[in-house]
Amino acid sequence: MASGSAPTSSEYVVHHLTNLNQTGEAQADIIDFSLINLDTVFWSFGLGMLAVFVLYRAARNASAGVPGRFQAMVEILVELVDNQAKGVIHSETSRKFVAPLALTVFLWVFLLNLMDLLPVDLLPSLWAFGLSSIGVDPGHAYMRVVPTADVNVPLGMSLAVLLMCLYYNIKIKGLGGWLHELFTAPFGNHFILWPINLLMQLIEFLAKTVSHGLRLFGNMFAGELLFVLIALLGGTATALGFLGHVLAGTAWALFHILIITLQAFIFMMLTLVYVGQAHDHH
Amino acid sequence: MTNVAFVALACGLIIGLGAIGACIGIGLMGGKFIEASARQPELMNELQTKMFLLAGLIDAAFLIGVGIAMMFAFANPFAG
Repeated sequence: MASGSAPTSSEYVVHHLTNLNQTGEAQADIIDFSLINLDTVFWSFGLGMLAVFVLYRAARNASAGVPGRFQAMVEILVELVDNQAKGVIHSETSRKFVAPLALTVFLWVFLLNLMDLLPVDLLPSLWAFGLSSIGVDPGHAYMRVVPTADVNVPLGMSLAVLLMCLYYNIKIKGLGGWLHELFTAPFGNHFILWPINLLMQLIEFLAKTVSHGLRLFGNMFAGELLFVLIALLGGTATALGFLGHVLAGTAWALFHILIITLQAFIFMMLTLVYVGQAHDHH
Repeated sequence: MTNVAFVALACGLIIGLGAIGACIGIGLMGGKFIEASARQPELMNELQTKMFLLAGLIDAAFLIGVGIAMMFAFANPFAG
């Protein structure tokens, strides 16, 4: 962005799609493990702490008498997750850990997704203002506030779910039992079928993990990008453009509220289903 | 045709072809849900939860495609 002149539409969009990493520049390669997206880390950690704090307050002030509104809301949430967990995971000891994990995942992903409803330029312009007051060029003031629209967060979460599935597979079936299942399910125990079975199992694990993470990422990235494009309508600075911005933004934001909740719910359900599948014997 | 034209065409194809599959899938599933609700209205709430879950699963590949198409439209990693 040249100093003093406004950005073009594609520069505006690209600016809003660039993460803040420790070099201060946009990422050059598609995969670069030396970079950390600091804005993603900050917002996901902060919102995770908020989710944990909210649940802690609810547990701390929980009373057995008539519940207040806040306690009732948290109880509804806990009951929702608990019912889903009971339906899918048939082991009481596993549920002791996985059900709270699913609750945390649901609340955390919901809060991360909720950041998408903030006005597109609100936090980035505050960040640019803060940076320019200490002398940094605001053209490099990148800030993306939706952590789930950064591909690292959903894929990281689904990778953690995969590790949990592997752990429960080995814990429930034993290492030998699980290896036996790797080579003999789904087609049967015959030495010609062993490589086919192994290939199918590996593909199944890979596809489940990748789709689990990328589903959330695709929804949130597309939603965020659409908000940025709608904001470009307002940037035309005409009356019709502004009207279009408000109408389209309202309609898309209302639809996006459904998408946010739905994607958080789906992520939680699939976490439960995949861990539950680790308990099943083929 | 220039490279920019090819990228634009590719993005359109990714989104359009993906939308065909997703919309037909949602349509079929929604039709089955309404038919099931008409046959057994007492199951409607339980089935609705499952329907929304399935809707998210059906849309998954399409939205992943949209994400990739948007990335090529605005932050083409192969450009330059």
